[in-house]
Amino acid sequence: MAETTGAANGAEAAHGEGGGLVFHPMDQFIVKPLFGSAGDPVGWLTVTNVTLWIALAVLCVIALMVLGTSGRGIVPGRVQSVAELAYGFVYKMVEDVSGRDGVKYFPYIMTLFMFIVFANFLGLIPMAFTTTSHFAVTVVLALAVFLTVTALGFIKHGTKFLQLFWVSSAPLALRPVLAVIEVISYFVRPVSHSIRLAGNLMAGHAVIKVFAGFAAIAAVSPLSVVAITAMYGLEILVAFIQAYVFTILTCVYLKDALHPHH
Amino acid sequence: MEGDLAHIGAGLAAIGSGAAAIGVGNVAGNYLAGALRNPSAAASQTATLFIGIAFAEALGIFAFLVSLLLMFAV
Repeated sequence: MAETTGAANGAEAAHGEGGGLVFHPMDQFIVKPLFGSAGDPVGWLTVTNVTLWIALAVLCVIALMVLGTSGRGIVPGRVQSVAELAYGFVYKMVEDVSGRDGVKYFPYIMTLFMFIVFANFLGLIPMAFTTTSHFAVTVVLALAVFLTVTALGFIKHGTKFLQLFWVSSAPLALRPVLAVIEVISYFVRPVSHSIRLAGNLMAGHAVIKVFAGFAAIAAVSPLSVVAITAMYGLEILVAFIQAYVFTILTCVYLKDALHPHH
Repeated sequence: MEGDLAHIGAGLAAIGSGAAAIGVGNVAGNYLAGALRNPSAAASQTATLFIGIAFAEALGIFAFLVSLLLMFAV
């Protein structure tokens, strides 16, 4: 039926046939087993497309940070200067936000930043799988940060760490109220920390797919291609900024654990 | 169709994203206004800017979370 109606009625035809878009915009986030048929159950040890793209992200980090700097040139080459820039960028962030004594935990924060940056950017490759768009991945990252930082606070300060919730600069009458708010906001941290990253990436990639679905409609396809290009540009920015925000919030939480006094 | 009311609720919860947009715009706009008055102090405050944006955005994320829960969990 769609062939006979011609290009002018393309819009209605496309809508009438599939009852919507040609493909579902969330299809790109389906976790599939890498080997075997598509319907196989996914267990703990099943190698899936998530496994593949996480492994690729780790390999890319290794390629940049280990192989890229193996020449140890006094005058760095292209790859080495990118690695040095990334190192300096994260180092300065940790030093500025967490303070001098936060530098001890720089390797962990650097690892987080490099992994998230590469996972985000690998997800931008067409047909790739965005691992950081899954809550399962980001919640693990955020919970690791939350548990580490909480444990660190108690190890460093003992029960004095609880002063974090007792705002000593506020009037005495207000302090219990503030303490309740502080405790809630402390335990909500891993939620917002993880969902910010996954939500931003998932929403961005879904928007691109929605516009890609409109490209099948002849009348609006040029507009849709322009929109995809613009969104892709924005997504490149978002991929970096979300990694930056995740890392800087880790630094802020670390600072709170190292200096719990208000 | 099943779950119609939950879908309406999810749509209503998405209004929270717009509210977060106002908050983020406020942070960024005020940063820019301050940065144009005193450009030499701007570079040292970019970290604060992003932390402020992250906190403003966090509440929009809760709206998004409510919306997700209504769509998939309720």
